[in-house]
Amino acid sequence: MNSQAPVMTEQETPSVGQPYTRNEQACHDLSIRVRDLNLWYSKNQALKNLSIDLFQKNVTALIGPSGCGKSTFLRCLNRMNDLIPSVRTEGLVEMDGLDINAQKMDEIALRRRVGMVFQKPNPFPKSIFENIAYAPRMHDMVSRKVDQDELVERALRDAGLWNEVKDKLQEPGTSLSGGQQQRLCIARAIAVQPDVILMDEPTSALDPISTATIEDLMDKLKEQFTIVTVTHNMQQAARVADYTAFFHLGEIIEYNDTKVMFSTPAKKKTEDYISGRYG
Amino acid sequence: MSHSFDEISQQLKRRHRKSARLKWVSMGALGLAGLFLLLFFADMLNKGLPAFQQAYVNTEINYTEEAASDARQAIADDLVPIVSRTEIRSIPLQMRNNEDLLGTSEQRWLLANGEVDQYLKGNRNSLSEEERAAVDARVEAGQVELAFNSTFFTEGDSKTSESAGILAAVVGTIMTMIVTLAISFPIGVMTAVYLEEFAPDNRFTQAIEININNLAAIPSILFGLLGLAIFINFFGVPRSSPLAGGMTLALMTLPVIIISTRAALRSVPDSIRHAAFGVGCSRWQVVRDHVLPLAMPGIMTGSIIGLAQAMGETAPLIIVGMVAFIPDVGASFTEAATVMPAQIFTWAGEPEAAFVEKTAGGILVLLAVLISLNAFAVLLRKKFERRW
Repeated sequence: MNSQAPVMTEQETPSVGQPYTRNEQACHDLSIRVRDLNLWYSKNQALKNLSIDLFQKNVTALIGPSGCGKSTFLRCLNRMNDLIPSVRTEGLVEMDGLDINAQKMDEIALRRRVGMVFQKPNPFPKSIFENIAYAPRMHDMVSRKVDQDELVERALRDAGLWNEVKDKLQEPGTSLSGGQQQRLCIARAIAVQPDVILMDEPTSALDPISTATIEDLMDKLKEQFTIVTVTHNMQQAARVADYTAFFHLGEIIEYNDTKVMFSTPAKKKTEDYISGRYG
Repeated sequence: MSHSFDEISQQLKRRHRKSARLKWVSMGALGLAGLFLLLFFADMLNKGLPAFQQAYVNTEINYTEEAASDARQAIADDLVPIVSRTEIRSIPLQMRNNEDLLGTSEQRWLLANGEVDQYLKGNRNSLSEEERAAVDARVEAGQVELAFNSTFFTEGDSKTSESAGILAAVVGTIMTMIVTLAISFPIGVMTAVYLEEFAPDNRFTQAIEININNLAAIPSILFGLLGLAIFINFFGVPRSSPLAGGMTLALMTLPVIIISTRAALRSVPDSIRHAAFGVGCSRWQVVRDHVLPLAMPGIMTGSIIGLAQAMGETAPLIIVGMVAFIPDVGASFTEAATVMPAQIFTWAGEPEAAFVEKTAGGILVLLAVLISLNAFAVLLRKKFERRW
C-alpha cells in the first residue's frame, strides 16, 4: 500500500475533494493518484477539484448522470483531452510518482501504459490480425514474425475472442459482431501490455449477452490490469466494480467500496441516484 | 373542431397540384439540359467522326533520277494535284535515306490532298469542275478511296490538313499532366493533411483556408500570367515547354486537390483517430497508417477531377506559349510542346474546311480521354471504398 495515500476507516464519511482509500485489509497498491483536478471546456468548468486514488488490479466504476464529467475525467487519465483544443486542465494526475501532465511526460508513453476502450467499438478497418499486431509492432515490442503471432494469439485469448476468430484472422475486424468488435478493441488495448485500461461505457452499444461476456472479461482482466470504467448502468457497476465513484456536476460526491456504496451510501445524493430517483 | 376527410382532401388538392407543377418544372429543366448535351454530342460526332477517315490515292511511285531533284516526277502528272503535297515532298527524302530505292518503282496508297478528301466527304472544297470529274473517275476505278485515318493518330500538327495529326498534342498533354500531378499532388495532399490534422484552428489557418478557397475561383488566365512572370521570366524555365505549362497548371490544380483532400480527411470518422491515439500512435502515425489510407479514394477522385480540369485548360497555356504550331512529337520536358485543347484551338483558327473537321475530331479525342479519366476516378472510388 502506498504510504502517501491517506487511509480512511469504514466509519469515516467520505467527503468531496478528499482522497480516499478503503480499510486496511482491502487496501491495494496505488495506481493513479489524482489531486485537485480541474478542467474547463473553454469557460465551462467540467471537473471541479477532483481527488481520487485508483488502485492497481481492481475495477473502479465511475457512475453518475449524463454530463457529470465521468467520461471527461476518464480521458484525463490518458490525456485524450489533449486532442480537444479548447480544454484546459489544472491539478495533479500522478502515475508512478510522475505527473502525467508534466512537460517532459510524453503522451505516447503514457498511452502505452494507459490503454483505452471506447463506447462504440472502433476496430481499425484492417484485418483482425492487424488490429492487434499494429500497435505492438509500432512500439517495437515484437521483432520476429513468431513473436508477433504469439502476441496476437495471447491478446485474443486474454480477451476471450481467440476461439471465435482463430480461423479468420485475415478477415476485416469490422466483419465481427458488435460484442466481438468490442472484445477485439479490448484485445487491441491489452496487446501493448498496459498497466491501466480505461473503458468508456464499453457495453452501452451492446446487447445484454455481449454485455455479460464483457463483464466476465473485466472480472478476469483485473488480475492483470487496473481497470477504470465509466458506466451508465448501476447494476453493471455493482456487478463488476470493486470501487465505485459517484460523479455529479463535475464533482465526486462519493467514492467507496462498491458493496458499501450500494448498500449504505453515505450521501443523500448518492442514495437518490442509485435508487433511481434521478439520473 | 374536426374536419372530415372530404374537407381535408379539398385543401390537399391545391397542395398536390403545386408539388406536381414543381416536379414537372424540374423535370423539364433536366430534360432541357439533357437535350442540349445530346445536341452537343450529336453535332460533335457528326462533324468529328469524318476526321477519323481520310481519302487515299493508289499511286505508282517511280524512284527515278529526276524524282530525286523534282519529286513531282515520281508520280503521274494527273495525280500531282490529287496527292498530298507532304507525301510528294517526302519522296526525295526517302530516296536519300535508302539508296536502294533508286531505279525501282512501287504501288502505294498515298494520302490524298485535303481538298479531294473534303470533296469525297461532301464538304466545302476548292476543286474545279474538271478536277472533281477526274476524282470521280478515279473513285470509280478504285484508285481513290476513304479509309481509316491513321495519320491523325500518329503524326503531329501540319500545315496541310491531310497530314495533320493529334499525336504531338496527346504526348504534350501527357507530359504536361505528369509535371502537374508530380507537383500538385504531393504539395496539395500534404497541405491538406497539415491544415486538417495538425494545424491549430486560429486566425492564421483560417486566413489560409479562405485564400485557398478563393484561389479555386480565380480566372485561370491569371495563373498563366503568374507562370509567365515567375516560372519563365524569373526562373528561366523554357517557354512553351511541358515543364512551364505543367507548373502553371499545377498552381491551378492545387486548390482543387487541397479542398477535395480536406473533405476526404474530414469524412474519416474521429473514432478511428481516437482508436489510433488510444494505442499510442503519434499524430503522424495516425495520419499515415489510419487516416490517409481511408481517405485515399476521396483524395484520388479529387485529384483526377482536378487533373481532368487542368487537361481541358487552354487560357493559361496561351500565356506560357503552349498554343503554337508544334509539328514534332515532343521528346523532353523542356522542349516546346502543345496540348490537346491548344491544338484544338489552333485548328479552330484555320480557314480550311478540312481543319474544321480536325477541330471536331480533336474535341472527340479530348472528350474520350476526359470521360475515361472520370470513369477511372469512379472505378478507383468503388474499388477502394471501405466500410468502417
